[in-house]
Amino acid sequence: MTADLALIWPELILTIGGLITLMLGTFLGDRQVGIYQLSALLTLAAAAAAVVALFGVETTVFSGTLSVDGFGGFAKLLIYAASFVCILIAPRFFSGGMRAEYPTLIVFAALGMGIMASARDLMTLYVGLELNSLAAYVLASFMRTDERSSEAGLKYFVLGALASGMLLYGISLLYGFTGTTDFAGIAAAMGGQLNIGLIFGIVFVLAGLGFKVSAVPFHMWTPDVYEGAPTPVTTFFASAPKVAAMALMTRVVIDAMGPALGAWQQIIIFLALASIILGAVGAIGQKNIKRLLAYSSINNVGFMLIGLAAGTQQGVEGVLTYLLVYVVTTLGAFLVVLQLRDADGNQIESIPALAGLSQRRPGLAAAMAVFMFSLAGIPPLFGFWPKYLVFEAAVNANLVPLAVAGIVASVIGAFYYIAIIKMMYFDDKSDTEIPAGGGAIVEDAVITASALWLSVIGYLFIPVLAVVSASAAAVLF
Amino acid sequence: MSGFPILSLMLAVPLVGAIACLFVGDKMSRFVALGATLATFVLGCILWANFDIGGAQWQFTERADLFGRFQWALGIDGMALMLIMLSVFLMPLCILASWDAIKSRVGLYMAMFLIMEVVMIGVFMAQDLLLFYIFFEAGLIPMYFIIGIWGGANRKYAAFKFFLYTLLGSVLMLIAMIVMIAEAGTTDIPTLLNYDFPAGMQTWLWLAFFASLAVKMPMWPVHTWLPDAHVQAPTAGSMILAGVLLKLGAYGFLRFMMPMFPDASAQLMWLVFGLSMVAVVYTSLVALVQSDMKKLIAYSSVAHMAIVTAGLFAFNQQGIEGALIIMLSHGVVSAALFFCVGVIYDRLHTREIDRYGGLAVNMPAYALFFMLFTMASIGLPGTSGFVGEFLSLLGIYEASSVVAFVCTTGIILGAAYMLYLYRRVVFGELTKDDVKAMPDLNAREWTIMVPLAAVALWMGVYPESFLAPMRGDVTTVVARLAPAKPAGDAHLAAGKPKPAAAQGETAHGSAHAGGAK
Repeated sequence: MTADLALIWPELILTIGGLITLMLGTFLGDRQVGIYQLSALLTLAAAAAAVVALFGVETTVFSGTLSVDGFGGFAKLLIYAASFVCILIAPRFFSGGMRAEYPTLIVFAALGMGIMASARDLMTLYVGLELNSLAAYVLASFMRTDERSSEAGLKYFVLGALASGMLLYGISLLYGFTGTTDFAGIAAAMGGQLNIGLIFGIVFVLAGLGFKVSAVPFHMWTPDVYEGAPTPVTTFFASAPKVAAMALMTRVVIDAMGPALGAWQQIIIFLALASIILGAVGAIGQKNIKRLLAYSSINNVGFMLIGLAAGTQQGVEGVLTYLLVYVVTTLGAFLVVLQLRDADGNQIESIPALAGLSQRRPGLAAAMAVFMFSLAGIPPLFGFWPKYLVFEAAVNANLVPLAVAGIVASVIGAFYYIAIIKMMYFDDKSDTEIPAGGGAIVEDAVITASALWLSVIGYLFIPVLAVVSASAAAVLF
Repeated sequence: MSGFPILSLMLAVPLVGAIACLFVGDKMSRFVALGATLATFVLGCILWANFDIGGAQWQFTERADLFGRFQWALGIDGMALMLIMLSVFLMPLCILASWDAIKSRVGLYMAMFLIMEVVMIGVFMAQDLLLFYIFFEAGLIPMYFIIGIWGGANRKYAAFKFFLYTLLGSVLMLIAMIVMIAEAGTTDIPTLLNYDFPAGMQTWLWLAFFASLAVKMPMWPVHTWLPDAHVQAPTAGSMILAGVLLKLGAYGFLRFMMPMFPDASAQLMWLVFGLSMVAVVYTSLVALVQSDMKKLIAYSSVAHMAIVTAGLFAFNQQGIEGALIIMLSHGVVSAALFFCVGVIYDRLHTREIDRYGGLAVNMPAYALFFMLFTMASIGLPGTSGFVGEFLSLLGIYEASSVVAFVCTTGIILGAAYMLYLYRRVVFGELTKDDVKAMPDLNAREWTIMVPLAAVALWMGVYPESFLAPMRGDVTTVVARLAPAKPAGDAHLAAGKPKPAAAQGETAHGSAHAGGAK
């Protein structure tokens, strides 16, 4: 037991660091932004360092309920990094309204997500998921005086509870028909003939997880929550929890349901195609940039699911690479949205207000253009590469029709991405003034770095990415 | 020259220029762009001078294992060399053509053009399938901006149509490439060129490539993006679109589809011939009734490209060499024609043919150049158009006399619409006051017209300069296609030339070079 504790350092650090941050906020007051923000950032950095230190370890702890491996490590690093950025950018947004609960909740959410990514048992899975979800519900309604924010939180909570119910029902069915909650045990039981109970279990578990990754048809909450939540929180929702939920889904599907490929593959294929198409079509009419990015995230989840549908190591590698590139792009795009303020300092979320942005803020518009082209997967931007990988995995798994359907649907998605660029570059200036926001050095640096990485420079990282994602994916096979 | 990465340098120079253009301000960016394109042109000339005709198939090869899964692999053969030369030759002229016409956001404009140049010559240099695809697709981005920002009234629609149309075609090609890579286990183009794909697979791969390349070409009936894009694009945008981008499709046919899928190419020859025949006649007739000059030339481009596809699928030396010469010739001549339109558009700001008339009186120099390019487009002997059309029709005739007959009709119609255009714009009474006030060519326009005219004549009088580097590559492709080649309806039988006459013929060069087989 004590030996096991040495292997969950990242989780321990996050727990302790989160509590310290909470105490700092309580005793020093909400005004000491610098202190509790620093505490949360240090906590995340230390946890990331602990993950790196554990690199290469491959074992399970606490009677096989939690795994310590490269796959979880990859996901955790990504989650911590995204959370780090989301804490970093918050004070400027809340400008005075910042409270210590924000970094604390994000740290606890990151803890829950880390558990999700390394769960090897249905019970740990659920604990991690709920820890993350509870923090997320509060975060969504963080601006409690704002009607939209409260609505987003409530909506997220109600629908999230429904999804959790479905997930639990599926879990209980799986437990009932296999007699175990352990992934390996479930996989062993699925090796034989599947009975109707197991199939129902698979369907309900995937429906619950589909809600978490916001795959169509479980996506309805996404646009509303993304729109209503404060922008830094939306940034968070669009990045870290996507990684955790996708990693969890991958592990459940490959580790626990691996032998029942025929049963879950068609479900994943349906989720993938529906997400790609609906994510693309739904985005076309949007007038709010946050809603649009919500649909874009649905669309991207669809592409990741194509890699997962392949059910091969190559497919999982594709999913992991996709997650990394997606997180960088999404963080960049939301950071750009955060920079858009009118003369009175109010956030600008309407897309028509972006008209002529390239003439007012050329740098910002160029970065946004990079993110949009990258999300659309147009080479030479790096967003092309993960799309290539998932399609390659699908083709190699004899799913050519899926790949063809997915890639043709991606052209629909390209339409609204280039429509944003059209707005920024082709249209005349809108009436809304967007003065240059001075002093946002951190944000500008993050935007610049991610835009540069997503331009051709990213391709130079392919060899490294290939090695890392291959070693992470190999754990599951 | 061996070992020096001249190809990478040719890509780096315009790229650095593009980044510089974004930062140096509007005035300087013109000079930076001109300097960068001229430097690239000089590099291109060095490349040509050092190209060993009859030497190795792939020259100046570079290989760097930068990307793990695929390589930074560059290299050129004769066909690629000629198309690269076409690109680097047109580019400085495009920059000059937009010198005064572009007034807003000049830095961004020049940067986009330079990126365009990088992408175009990258396509011709790439020796790795994925690298090729990346360059091929990347061209969409700068062109989208060029049409969308600096285009005409309906530019946004045209930019969207251009982007989505070509993207939809390309993505299918990507899937085909993935299948090819999985099947052959390599992304190396020279290896893939000699890989025999199973016959059943070839058909699907061929169709997927065809979906992409036919849109780029563009072939009837997926050509509709082209007139829109041309009409809305700024003059230099049209020049580069017609001059080089349209060649990407034919280059893809010749580089990928024919040598990689010879069986499927033979099997689906009827499809290409059929579409080409429709295109030649139909688009020529459409061109005849246009009232917008740019649209007319755009439709004529579709017609010319249809002769290219028919020539390529004749599967013989003359047909393919002719198609290549049409590509080069059309690259120069259509760019020149679009520039001719641009010259008078800059003065009167309309492309309506009826608004002009009688230009021969007040713009004699312009009328002369316009005449030359009109003749070159029609294919008058002595101009570049003739060499290409004659050779390719010769090749097509060997494959199918019906196709040759229909394609020749297109050439007659071509003479009709071009001469009709010329008559309405340049001849007639000079009655309109604003047309009377138009000055003749200025020094900058002369600088652009003269090199274009010189190359059009050079290619018409001594095409051997251009054919010689490509001959070996064409022979390779023809040899690769030979096992699959269906029998033509020409039933050629070698005659008995008099020995003395045969001696004399070799001196004529090009036109007979392929006939010796």
